[in-house]
Amino acid sequence: MKKKLNKLKFLIESEVAGLTVFLVTIVILFSLASPKFLTVNNLSSMALQLPELGLLTLAMLIPILSGGLNLAITYTANLSGLALAWTLKNFGGTNAGIDAFILGCIFALFIGALSGYIIGVVVAYTKAHPILVSLSMMILMRGIGEFMSQGKDITGFPDFVQNIGQGTILGIPIPLIVFTACALIWHIILSRTRQGFGTYMLGSNVMATNYTGISTKKNLIILYTLSGIMCSVAGIIMLARFNSVRVGHGESFLLITVLACFLGAVNPFGGFGRVMPVVIALVILQVLTSGLNILGSNQHLSTALWGGFLIFVMVLRWVWWKLSVNNE
Amino acid sequence: MVKIFKTHPIETWLFIIIIATSFILSVLTDQFFTLVNIFDLINSISINVIFAVGLLVVLIAGGIDISFAVAASVVQYVAFYILSYLDGGNWFFGFIIAGLLGIILGAINAGLIHYFRIISIVVTIATFNVFFGLLMFFTKGVYLYNLPDWWVNRVIIFEHEMANGTWAELTLPALVMFAAVLATWFLITYTSIGRQIYAYGDNPEGARRIGINIVAVQFIAYGWMGMMAGIGGLMQAHFMQEIVPNALIGRELDVLAAVVLGGATLGGGKGTVVGCVLGVLLMAIIQNGLNLLGITPFAFKAIVGVIILLAISLSNISFIELKDHLKIKKNS
Repeated sequence: MKKKLNKLKFLIESEVAGLTVFLVTIVILFSLASPKFLTVNNLSSMALQLPELGLLTLAMLIPILSGGLNLAITYTANLSGLALAWTLKNFGGTNAGIDAFILGCIFALFIGALSGYIIGVVVAYTKAHPILVSLSMMILMRGIGEFMSQGKDITGFPDFVQNIGQGTILGIPIPLIVFTACALIWHIILSRTRQGFGTYMLGSNVMATNYTGISTKKNLIILYTLSGIMCSVAGIIMLARFNSVRVGHGESFLLITVLACFLGAVNPFGGFGRVMPVVIALVILQVLTSGLNILGSNQHLSTALWGGFLIFVMVLRWVWWKLSVNNE
Repeated sequence: MVKIFKTHPIETWLFIIIIATSFILSVLTDQFFTLVNIFDLINSISINVIFAVGLLVVLIAGGIDISFAVAASVVQYVAFYILSYLDGGNWFFGFIIAGLLGIILGAINAGLIHYFRIISIVVTIATFNVFFGLLMFFTKGVYLYNLPDWWVNRVIIFEHEMANGTWAELTLPALVMFAAVLATWFLITYTSIGRQIYAYGDNPEGARRIGINIVAVQFIAYGWMGMMAGIGGLMQAHFMQEIVPNALIGRELDVLAAVVLGGATLGGGKGTVVGCVLGVLLMAIIQNGLNLLGITPFAFKAIVGVIILLAISLSNISFIELKDHLKIKKNS
C-alpha cells in the first residue's frame, strides 16, 4: 500500500517535473532563437498578459476538479466589470474616489458570487449536467451584459484605476501580484480545507461522497460560488488593464482555460489535479505565445499550437499509461 | 395521446409549448401566423437543424463535439479553393466535396478519441483551437465574396404569391434540412449501426462485450457529425452569399443548448430526431416572436438564456422524488 502511495506521489511530482523541464526547454530555445526574448521588456509584457487568462483558469479549475465545468466564466467576468464600471460612473466617472472603487469591487464580487451561486444551486438540486447549466447561464449573462451595455465599450474611469491595471510594486506588475495571491488562496482552499477535500471527493465519486456524510449539495454551491468570485477578480483586473469594459472581451479565453487545466494534468473527469501544475501550464502557454510572437509568427498559429500541444500531451499520457499497464 | 406522454414526454411537452407559444404570438402580432413569416422561419432554422441532427448522433453515442462550427468554416474555405481549382464546379460537386471534407475532419476527432482514449470534450476543444488557428493562419482571415454563381444564386423550391404581392418562398437550405433530418432519422432508428450507436452511448463497456464494433460506432458518429457540419457550412455560405472565417464561431454552444433542450443528454444513449428539431424550432420561434413584438435584440439572448435555464432545471427535476419529499414533510 505504502509502495503504491509512493508511486502515486512520484507520478504527481513527475508531472510538475515534466512540465518544468518542458518550460525550461522552450525558454532556452526561444532565447537562442531571438535575443529579444529574454529582455525586461518582453518579460514584463508577459507578466502583464498572464494574469487575465490565469485568473479565469483558476475560476475554471475548481468546477473541473469536482467533475463539472463552468462555461459562464468569461461573461461573468464581463458582467462583474460592468458592475464596477456602473458604480464608478455613478460616483462621478473620472472623478470617482477610491471609496467608490472599493464599493464597485464589492458589487462586482457580489455579481460574480451570485452567478456562481445560481449555477451551484441548479446543479446541486436538479442534478442537471454542469455543462448545460453553465452554458445556459453563459447565454443569460451574455444577454444581460449586451442589454446593459447595448454592445458598446464603456470607458471614462479615474486615473488610479489604470494604475492598478498597469502599475508595478517593486517592479512586479500589480495584476501578477493579484494572480499569485489568488493562486495561493486556491492552493490553500484545495489542499487544506474541508471544502477542498470535498471538491476532490465529488469529482471522484458523488454517491460515495454523499454516503460519507459530506453535504454534496452545500459543497457544490460553495465551489461554484468560489468560481464566480474568481471570475469577478478577473473582470476587475481586465477593467483596470484596458481602462474599459466591453461585453465579449476575453470570450476566446473560455476554451483556453479548459485547455490550460488539462495541460496542467487535471483529470478531465475530475477528482485529481493541483494548482501548481496548472500555473506552470499557464506560463508555458504564455511563453509559447510571446516567443512565437517575437519570432514573427502571428497569434493564430499559436492558437493552433496550443490545441496541438494539448493533443500531444494527452497522447503522451496514453503512451505512459500503456507502458505502465504492460509492465505490470 | 396518454401513451405518447409516457413514451416521449420531452417531445410532447416541447410540442405543446411550441403550439402555445405560436398561438400567443399569433394573437399578439398579426405578422406571426403568415405564410411569409413561417417560410422565413423554416429557411432560417435550416442550417442550425442540419448541425443539430449531426450533433444529436454524437450525443447519442455518448460523446460531445465543440469543434463542428469551426470545422464548417474550414470546409467552406477548403471547398471554395478546391471548387475554384475545378473551374467553378456545381451543386453536385459542392455537396460531395463539402461532405467528404467534413467527414475527414470528423474522422480526425474520432481517431483521437478512439485510438488514444482521450475524452471527447478534450479532443474537440483541442481540435477547435487547431482548426481555427490554422484557418486564420492560412487564410489570414480574408473574407470571400467572389463565390461561384451556382453557389450563391437563390434556389427556390416552392413559392406562393401573397395577396399583398410579397412572395413566400422555401429555399434550398430548407430542402437540404428535410433531407438531413430524414437521413438521420433513418440512420438512428432503422439501421443496425444506428441502434448500436444508442447501445454504445448507453453502456460502452456492455456494448463492447456483446461484440459491437466500437471503432465503427465512433467513426460513424463523428463522421456523420462532420458530414452535417460540412453540408451546413456549404448552406451557410449559400445563405449569406459570402464566406467569413468567424461567422459560425459560437454557434456550437447555441446548437448544443437546442439539442439538449430536445431531450438528448450528455450521458449518451438518449435523444430523438423529432425532439432535436423541436428544440431548435422552439428557440427560433421565441427569437422570431421577440423580434416581431419589437423587443430590442439586446434582450433576446437574456430571455433565451432564462428559458433554457428553466427548461434544463425543470426537465431534470424528478417529480416523483418531489412528491415523496413533500409527503415526508407533511407526515413529520
